[in-house]
Amino acid sequence: MSTTASNKSRSRGGAQAGERLADWADGRLGIYSLAKANMRKIFPDHWSFMLGEVCLYSFIIIILTGVYLTLFFHPSMNEVVYHGSYVPLQGQLMSEAFSSTLDISFDVRGGLLIRQIHHWAALIFLAGMFVHMMRVFFTGAFRKPREVNWLFGFLLFVLGMFTGFTGYSLPDDLLSGTGVRFMEGAILSVPVVGTYLSFFLFGGEFPGHDFVARFYSIHILLLPGIMLGLIVAHLILVFYHKHTQFAGPGKTNNNVVGMPLLPVYMAKAGGFFFLVFGVIAVISAIAEINAVWTLGPYRPDMVSTNAQPDWYMGFSEGLIRVMPGWEVNFWGHTLVLGVFIPLMIFPLVLVSIAVYPFIEAWITGDKREHHILDRPRNAPTRTAFGVAWISWYFVLLVGGGNDLWATHFHLSINAITWFVRVGFFLVPAVVFVVTKRICLGLQRRDKEKVLHGRETGIIKRLPHGEFIEVHEPLSQEQLYTLTAHHQYEPAEIGPTVDENGVERKVGVKQKLRAKLSNAYYGEDSQVQKPTVEEYKEITSGHGHH
Amino acid sequence: MKKLSARRRHPLAAVVVLLFALAATGGLYTAFAPASKAKADDTAQSLAIEEGKKLYLVGCASCHGTGGEGTTDGPSLVGVGAAAVDFQVGTGRMPAQQPGAQIPRKKVKYNQAQIDQMAAYIASLGAGPAIPATNQYNPAGADAAKGGELFRNNCAQCHNFTGKGGALTHGKYAPELQGVSNKHIYEAMLTGPQNMPSFPNTTMSEQNKKDIIAYLNEVNGEKSATPGGMDLGGIGPVSEGLFAWIFGLGSLIAVAVWVAARTAKAKKS
Amino acid sequence: MSSQDIPEENLPAERAAHEHGRGAVSVADERHPFADPGLPPHEHRIQDVDERAAKRSERTVALLFTVSMLATIGFIASYVAIPVEKIVYVFPIGHINALNFALGLTLGVALFAIGAGAVHWARTLMSDVEVADERHPIEASPETRAKVHADFKQGAKESGIGRRKLIRNTMLGALTLVPLTGVVLLRDLGPLPGTSLRHTLWAKGKRLVNMNTNLPLRPEDVAVGSLTFAMPDGLKEADENFQTEIAKAALMIVRLEPRDIKDKRELDWGHEGIIAFSKICTHVGCPISLYEQQTHHALCPCHQSTFDLSDGARVIFGPAGHALPQLRIGVDSEGYLQALGDFEEPVGPAFWERG
Repeated sequence: MSTTASNKSRSRGGAQAGERLADWADGRLGIYSLAKANMRKIFPDHWSFMLGEVCLYSFIIIILTGVYLTLFFHPSMNEVVYHGSYVPLQGQLMSEAFSSTLDISFDVRGGLLIRQIHHWAALIFLAGMFVHMMRVFFTGAFRKPREVNWLFGFLLFVLGMFTGFTGYSLPDDLLSGTGVRFMEGAILSVPVVGTYLSFFLFGGEFPGHDFVARFYSIHILLLPGIMLGLIVAHLILVFYHKHTQFAGPGKTNNNVVGMPLLPVYMAKAGGFFFLVFGVIAVISAIAEINAVWTLGPYRPDMVSTNAQPDWYMGFSEGLIRVMPGWEVNFWGHTLVLGVFIPLMIFPLVLVSIAVYPFIEAWITGDKREHHILDRPRNAPTRTAFGVAWISWYFVLLVGGGNDLWATHFHLSINAITWFVRVGFFLVPAVVFVVTKRICLGLQRRDKEKVLHGRETGIIKRLPHGEFIEVHEPLSQEQLYTLTAHHQYEPAEIGPTVDENGVERKVGVKQKLRAKLSNAYYGEDSQVQKPTVEEYKEITSGHGHH
Repeated sequence: MKKLSARRRHPLAAVVVLLFALAATGGLYTAFAPASKAKADDTAQSLAIEEGKKLYLVGCASCHGTGGEGTTDGPSLVGVGAAAVDFQVGTGRMPAQQPGAQIPRKKVKYNQAQIDQMAAYIASLGAGPAIPATNQYNPAGADAAKGGELFRNNCAQCHNFTGKGGALTHGKYAPELQGVSNKHIYEAMLTGPQNMPSFPNTTMSEQNKKDIIAYLNEVNGEKSATPGGMDLGGIGPVSEGLFAWIFGLGSLIAVAVWVAARTAKAKKS
Repeated sequence: MSSQDIPEENLPAERAAHEHGRGAVSVADERHPFADPGLPPHEHRIQDVDERAAKRSERTVALLFTVSMLATIGFIASYVAIPVEKIVYVFPIGHINALNFALGLTLGVALFAIGAGAVHWARTLMSDVEVADERHPIEASPETRAKVHADFKQGAKESGIGRRKLIRNTMLGALTLVPLTGVVLLRDLGPLPGTSLRHTLWAKGKRLVNMNTNLPLRPEDVAVGSLTFAMPDGLKEADENFQTEIAKAALMIVRLEPRDIKDKRELDWGHEGIIAFSKICTHVGCPISLYEQQTHHALCPCHQSTFDLSDGARVIFGPAGHALPQLRIGVDSEGYLQALGDFEEPVGPAFWERG
């Protein structure tokens, strides 16, 4: 009895100490008003809403492991003779950057693990951002008020690509050096200033003695610093806007349904960090990544086949591999179109998906806030565009790995290159049409389901001998969910002559908008939702269906 | 005949056919295989050439011509040397089965004695590199690190940094080097089979070749270590990217599904 | 729902106010033919109604946290006990570093178990009642908007920036110019290109040194169908500028039957069918050296530019824009292969001033 009492008082004492500390902090930082708004903030449950967390956590993992790696890595291109423990490189000349990477891998206990976690987490970070971005895209979560956050996310993806590329170049191994050489060639192709840019970046002729140190400060300070700022802004906006949710009973555009941050999401999201870290640690225990010791130190006169960048740069590799070798010489100058055109398409591929939300907003002219997510099938043109973009990206990835496609599928590398050259234009167009058809088919099926119910698979024999399949009517929840989406009317230009008979000027932009709007929301682009009348007619007409 | 066709679906039919086929192959083999006992030393060479010629006429002449002069189906073998024969036949590339972008490595058709006889015959047609002696390719004591540098300069551009192979133009490829014997690697460098350029001893010394073999044994042998874990094919970032997507992101999404899923509800009573 | 009849309650709009419905409830209209029945009623989990199940969950969570602690101890033990260079065979992974494997697995388990415990706790023991939170429009109210606009106008007016043009213009000028200080400072990042991209170490009389043996090459060393790489005599691997020089000077030497060489200049610039091309691809500078000795094609492993070495190394496939530069070679008085001058055009990737 007495022990429990003393326990109680002790725990109360603990609570009081905690409260006192919080009060102290509130008096200086004003944390209570912040906590009031956020402590019990509601987050909806859906696995796809956790993709962003995968990115956030892998970013944190990258920062943690990256700091550790800086303790041992020497960002220097001074040539040294290797005398570490990896035998097949003994006595070889190499840069200090490469030799310190070998030391991390072979002589620092746990160094190899941290290196592998860092690199795996980087690949997963970018893959996570890609999928997260596609989730936001296909569910229309980029619509007002979240356009700015879409752009923040996009910038993070692009910056992540370059942070990854500069990091991949740091060990100064044969593979990454080849990648840097490619970058130098691409910079040289820039008209007028290319040669100067290259000399300034490399401190003279390639490879020089400077690029590792310069990439190092870009990789560990400049880019991650910007990214950290963007991530904070991204998260603040997520909190401020509150999370989107899928349509469903009780979920409206004016509420958000889910579990409170404290305690459920604190535990789920906090726990998820450990789950992500745990999975990546296990992967790093069993799968080798970027085994630089097999690649050897960089030498500009040596190369290995399978010279590819990490996956996120793969599409640019595809662009450069399939481009025909166009070169124009005039007045003592060379325009290296064979390299410069891919260099220009590279940002274009990315920007085309980034600007989409603004184009769609312009076409719909919709100024309302949207917090209910679309099912991809209910926005067929957007979905078709997104899938076409992914197919485009994928075709370029195939181009970037054409040699491996050739060896693993016993094909001719030339044939694959030609396939990619044609596919670059053809595949997205075909995929667009097919996806749109599939979306419309799914819309029709939804309508069917609403009107006729779910096919149960139970066959019933009627008294007069006819066999029918029993359809089970949907619940009110399902009926509501399937018909909750908004359907736009195609925009019309309106009469070109006003009531006084005076011709009204219709701008090109206006015409284009009407045309696009028709392509988006015309009869061929969406299946009208079932109406109350249709439903009543069917259900009362032949109830036993 | 009717009886036979009626029983061809019998469960044991396949076994019987297989036995017949094996017996037939064995019979043919013994019929064509020469007696392997060599005679006295001075006549051994000419005898080997004689036997090699017989084997050649049966197995090779249809493409390479009856005198090794070559036809439209196969190049001339005059002057290719014994090392080339030992490599081509010893790795199963010859005799070729079908035309294609490249003749693949496959099961070896002849035993070493027969290969030596054919090699002797081809060597008699014109001077060329001889089959190397063990001390020429034995990598014991060679410098694997120097071999690595030589490998990256001369070989990795086609065969990949640890000899995993790679693509060439129009469906041709540089094969994987794992499981290729030291002798065959030496011979390949020496003779330049198919589209591979040769690396004669005048430009790549015997010691250079030993170093390269030592390097390959170190990084591409049966017991070569991949300290970080599975090497994922050892082909660089493409397979790593695939792995990151499928197993990395895949398992994280599986975990996310579990985190976000609804907990099982108690059954309504 | 055993009957296939339409239940009365499923008819649209008639169940507008669901009996158990919580949260927002709407009625059907033109846009939404079926009324929102509101949040479904909360259902209890097994753990909510069965204390034994809850206890089981509690034990599972505690077990997971305990596993994590043990794994951390295992991590420290592995760190101390396993030598850094030890290689073990683990089926089916292969011959791997024991320490990396042990540290990775224990760290993975230590972390994963914490996460799994926390999530299991949240999923089975914390309240799972779904709550609806109201949203508020992001846009400010019209009053706020008007107030902000007015405040801004007043502030701008008080500063006089609209009226005092001279101040405004000079300030803009100063702010535009001041970043130039930063741009100017970047000038010393590197030297100006000058003509450095046009020259390599090759010069008349420089012998071709075989990179395998470090010996000068003789014509009789180079066999038809062979492939050799060479660097200029005098260049040493330990040289300060070796990397930069070899990036331009690397040479690929092949020998063809003179009758197989289609390009006359190529034949003339070689020596008895021995020809020397720059090893650096004219596309973006990969060392191109996948030489197919039967087709005489050289392929770049990076982007598959293909050059025909029997025809002036012209491009026959891929993204390269022009042929590989050829080095004119001959034989010196002692019978060694030598360069007869530098490359006549810049080697490597094309650039604006290349011409």
